[in-house]
Amino acid sequence: MSASSAFNDEKGGSSSVGEPEYGHDPASGGIFSSDYKRHDDLKEMLDSNKDSLKLEAMKRIVAMIARGKNASDLFPAVVKNVACKNIEVKKLVYVYLVRYAEEQQDLALLSISTFQRGLKDPNQLIRASALRVLSSIRVTIIVPIMMLAIKEAASDMSPYVRKTAAHAIPKLYSLDPEQKDQLIEVIEKLLADKTTLVAGSVVMAFEEVCPERIDLIHKNYRKLCNLLIDVEEWGQVVIINMLTRYARTQFLNPNINGGGGEKTFYGSDEDEDEDEEEKEKKPYVMDPDHRLLLRNTKPLLQSRNAAVVMAVAQLYFHLAPKAEVALLILFEMISTLYTCGMFEPYLKSFYIRSTDPTQIKVLKLEVLTNLANETNISTILREFQTYIKSMDKDFVAATIQAIGRCATNIGEVRDTCLNGLVQLLSNRDELVVAESVVVIKKLLQMQPEKHSDIIKHMAKLTDNIQVPMARASILWLIGEYCEHVPKIAPDVLRKMAKSFTNEEDIVKLQIINLAAKLYLTNSKQTKLLTQYVLNLAKYDQNYDIRDRARFIRQLIVPTEKSGALSKYAKKLFLALKPAPVLESPFKDRDHFQLGSLSHLLNAKAGGYQELPDWPEAAPDPSVRNVEVKESVRAVGTVTYRDTGALWGPQKMEGSEESDSASGSESGSGSEESGSGSESEESEEGSESEEEEEEEEEKDKKKKKKELKKPVPETESLVTDLEGLSLSDSVLSPATIAPSSVLKNYELLHRITGEGLSVEYCFSRQPFSPDANMVAVQMQFTNSATSDTKNLHMEDVKLQSGMRVKEFPEIGEREPEDIQCTAMAVMGIDFCDSTQAANFQLCTHTRKFFVSIQPPVGELMRPIFLTENEFKKEQGQLMGMNEITEKLTLDAKCRNEHAIVQRVTTAANLSRVPCGSDKECRFAGRTVTSSSLVLVTVATKEEGAAQLTVNCEKMVIGTMLVKDILLALTQ
Amino acid sequence: MIHSLFLINHSGDIFLEKHWKSVISRSVCDYFFEVKEKAVDPENVPPVLQTPHHYLISIYRGKLFFLSVVQTEVPPLFVIEFLHRVADTFQDYFGECSEGVIKDNLVTVYELLEEMLDNGFPLATESNVLKEMIRPPNILRSVVNTLTGGSNVGDTLPTGQLSNVPWRRAGVKYTNNEAYFDVVEEIDAILDKSGTTVFAEIQGVVEACVRLTGMPDLTLSFMNPRLLDDMSFHPCVRFKRWESERVLSFIPPDGNFTLMTYHVSSQNLVAIPVYVKQNINFFETGSCGRLDITIGPKQNMGKTVEGLMVTIHMPKVVLSANLTATQGNYTYDLTTKVLVWDIGKLNPQKLPNLRGSLSMQAGAPKPEENPSLNIDLKIQQLAISGLKVSRLDMYGEKYKPFKGVKYLTKAGKFQRLSLSFL
Repeated sequence: MSASSAFNDEKGGSSSVGEPEYGHDPASGGIFSSDYKRHDDLKEMLDSNKDSLKLEAMKRIVAMIARGKNASDLFPAVVKNVACKNIEVKKLVYVYLVRYAEEQQDLALLSISTFQRGLKDPNQLIRASALRVLSSIRVTIIVPIMMLAIKEAASDMSPYVRKTAAHAIPKLYSLDPEQKDQLIEVIEKLLADKTTLVAGSVVMAFEEVCPERIDLIHKNYRKLCNLLIDVEEWGQVVIINMLTRYARTQFLNPNINGGGGEKTFYGSDEDEDEDEEEKEKKPYVMDPDHRLLLRNTKPLLQSRNAAVVMAVAQLYFHLAPKAEVALLILFEMISTLYTCGMFEPYLKSFYIRSTDPTQIKVLKLEVLTNLANETNISTILREFQTYIKSMDKDFVAATIQAIGRCATNIGEVRDTCLNGLVQLLSNRDELVVAESVVVIKKLLQMQPEKHSDIIKHMAKLTDNIQVPMARASILWLIGEYCEHVPKIAPDVLRKMAKSFTNEEDIVKLQIINLAAKLYLTNSKQTKLLTQYVLNLAKYDQNYDIRDRARFIRQLIVPTEKSGALSKYAKKLFLALKPAPVLESPFKDRDHFQLGSLSHLLNAKAGGYQELPDWPEAAPDPSVRNVEVKESVRAVGTVTYRDTGALWGPQKMEGSEESDSASGSESGSGSEESGSGSESEESEEGSESEEEEEEEEEKDKKKKKKELKKPVPETESLVTDLEGLSLSDSVLSPATIAPSSVLKNYELLHRITGEGLSVEYCFSRQPFSPDANMVAVQMQFTNSATSDTKNLHMEDVKLQSGMRVKEFPEIGEREPEDIQCTAMAVMGIDFCDSTQAANFQLCTHTRKFFVSIQPPVGELMRPIFLTENEFKKEQGQLMGMNEITEKLTLDAKCRNEHAIVQRVTTAANLSRVPCGSDKECRFAGRTVTSSSLVLVTVATKEEGAAQLTVNCEKMVIGTMLVKDILLALTQ
Repeated sequence: MIHSLFLINHSGDIFLEKHWKSVISRSVCDYFFEVKEKAVDPENVPPVLQTPHHYLISIYRGKLFFLSVVQTEVPPLFVIEFLHRVADTFQDYFGECSEGVIKDNLVTVYELLEEMLDNGFPLATESNVLKEMIRPPNILRSVVNTLTGGSNVGDTLPTGQLSNVPWRRAGVKYTNNEAYFDVVEEIDAILDKSGTTVFAEIQGVVEACVRLTGMPDLTLSFMNPRLLDDMSFHPCVRFKRWESERVLSFIPPDGNFTLMTYHVSSQNLVAIPVYVKQNINFFETGSCGRLDITIGPKQNMGKTVEGLMVTIHMPKVVLSANLTATQGNYTYDLTTKVLVWDIGKLNPQKLPNLRGSLSMQAGAPKPEENPSLNIDLKIQQLAISGLKVSRLDMYGEKYKPFKGVKYLTKAGKFQRLSLSFL
């Protein structure tokens, strides 16, 4: 086979591969020239000066390797080209080297110096590929060189090279396990790396080299959880599997008390439900880190990669409280082998199509059987009935087995199933009948008294059924329950005795059994028949049958010599046998980690890591604490966290970063500048990502001369850009608007809402779907006892020009959430007027008329101006556009800080830096028309002050003056 | 992790091998061939096989087996997903994933495999990244390369590899900025013999073709996102935005990609676009049977049903079919016993009908059951679930892109709409 296929390959390969590029070279035909000759000609090409010839030669060699041909005798000629300038030739030489270095160790050493040089190259791609090849050359003698290279690369400034270093670790480990200790040091270092690029690879290295060193994970656990969502998908699988194991050693079993009754809303941080359980035992409180893991992996269920989904599913299966496992409806995608009765609503997804491959059919059948219960059994059985008519006979057999299992598990339907199966006995297909007989036999064993008519029916079948297993089953059944069919049994034996010699072995054995049992119960009628059968068996060809016959004869037929046993013969043969349990063929797999190769094969695969049991007491959780950096970086830390959980902004930053990086790299002479900025980063040390980010941010700002307010809640790029394009001045701490001044308004009172109360506030965050809208954040609280579902908006009534972006319906997917509180954000474009937006708030049962009326201060958004700009703009907004008002400040409001606070609470403005401490200035723009709004508060002696508002829109200006006056005087 | 890969064609020849660790003899495939011989259908070959020293994990795509060799514990889905990704990459590079095309581009394929895995662990699987490292073949480039001595291999690190958006390369430029979205839905349904729906659901996918300059940030919103269930997203989609606002916000990869796949569950009512009246009888005597099938429109929202095709797997005893079709052609394959009736466009005024007699093997007993019908169809400009894209907004770039959405409903390409009249 292999020889002929190789020959075909040769021809096919050369005709297709050869034609386009090397058609002119007849030698590549390979049939007319010997290998030796052909290689000679390749060697010549490799020795030539022309890169194009070399390239062609290398391409042919690689094609040979790909087809599995031996090209090892070309090694010396190829290795010479390792330093070739042409990058494509070089790459192909690398490919060749990796393939054959193991076989030609001495010659391979010639190339090592080239790679060592490559490791110092300024181009990160070359550094990385040099390390890749160096580590892939499986030559023991270079182990020290590899070790050195890996150590160096692990602290390279390029994350890509660090990633390659992580990949190189398991290679070196498999080459020389002695290096383990040193490698663990490198792994430890790389684990601390904060780039997503490295995380997956280093965890993979960890799993291969030192999976037992779980202590290395402690410090990095939270970071890994937070980074997870941004790691590439393959890395996610590895990390999730590792974290599953980690969590099993570090956290307590969430199902240990309370069982299925407990719920956790890991969406919200408060756990009222836990209080309820407190009464009995010491309550189980989930470790916040445990919850962090569960929460951060949940979005990955939506990954396009089935392996990731499976990894998350198994994580939930092994780690989550049982109530949460119900989330994993996505299981149906994967047809896993395991069910826990939580997929009932998805029953129909497992219905079988005639075009499914047999294995899938059998698996689906298994799932359906496991899902069957009293309520759904009738639908399932109906479905099974259609399956029985399928043309795929293996599948039919499996279906009959499944019916049997349903019947044993669910007592109510046992009779129905049995009747159905009996009907199948008249089926024309023998296999179906045989399988049914076997299953019926098992079912009857459970309650034989009631079914003597079925036994009679089956006795009749012996004339027709030819399948040995079925015949044997029938005979056994009749023998076992011969007391229920006293008339028929001897007759069956008579028929069987006649055909004894033509039967299969298993049938013969059962005939002997039947004879023996009948002899013991009804010796009068069957004595002679039994003798006859035993005599036939005595001369049978099969020694098992001869043995059995001899044994039974001694046991049942009383002679003088018969031993003590014959007294007990009846007890021996007609003992009550326990009914068999019909079991799933997929049982006994649960001790393997779900989704692993071992689990699939039900056998331990090499390198399988046992999933440890939950610990009795939780190990010290403080090991995961990482020292908090100085407070200066607090803002940076928050941003980082938030983005870690989001998919959004972080990516944006990353892309910008890559923008600039690529700009510097693609330029011919600017390689240095690129690496220069990178080295700056690496000088900072790899410990503080926050610092890096700040660094980068500052860089960006300097470059673009922009001022950006570091709002941690920033949701998207849109806002970033808006912030960026507006002005150009220097960041000063005074311009940061306090964000904790949001005022809540009531939309729906608890009493009118029949338990549902709704509050809203103007969150002052840009509403990302539409920049002209004001974001309104609503908080729903349900204090009623019943659920509120399907919260949504209807019938919006607006003044002309106004628009509303409705919040998405709440409570459709997670109805539990609404039981306590829920948040939603909607956007309203008020057209710079304080007209109310009226709409109906609908639940699944009720509708409430509500309206939202904005205070004028919420119709604007802050902008940043310098003092000079402010003055310039103010100069243009004089006369009609200026409103001035004198006032006396409230006693508590006479310092600068208080004034700023009150003004920014009343209106969404930001402070403008100002040279004099007697004046506070604020600026903003209206949301819809972007008209400038400038506010000045000048303080004088003894609480006297003057308020000036400059605004293009006089109405807004007048209303704003009133509002601010009110805020400052009360 | 993944040790080696063998590509095996339909007739059992190994035409490519690649080893990421030390070399494993191709004789390991013999275990696979043994099982393959036994299996009736190539799809029935179990995906995971155990041999004394290795585990073989395989997929079957485009009449090729991708067989990987694994030595230690690894999540099997990980390997299977990766193999599919390899096949997808070939498809992406060469337009199709077949034996011929792989043999024609053996060196490129080998280089690709080298880049995709390092030591058996995936290194670069994003098509955008790979395309910068190894350029896909095209005629113009190969001509230019032969003249100038240029190469097909990039010499700088692809920018995507380093950024947090690995799926998009930097510095994309187009003169025409376009973004197209195809909403394709496949109906999965099983009808019983009386024509009532036993089970129906819709598998949908949003395919995108985005050719936009720079780093655009797109937001795609739907009229009725509540319909969707069980979504899975391309990694570029921001999950949080979807959770809170039910919009798809993303920085798209360059070129073609699958934005998301979804599932409209069986809990919602699924409209079945056609009804089928069928009557297949096998007579007890005379070894013949009758067949009469009529198809008519049901709930097709006023759109035309196209590409209608009925496939019937006849019982083995049916020797030939003598039928007349009022519309379209039918063929009956004697060896596979498959009757295919290609109808084409469904005309609601004149319903297509196929009737005639079936002749059976003399003396053979009448088949137990009537065969089931598999139906294929297409409806342009309609997403049967009612899903509609309401708008696409772009942030981050100044130009105005050209936008377009297309809808298509079809019966699943794997004969999903199996109307089994049993």
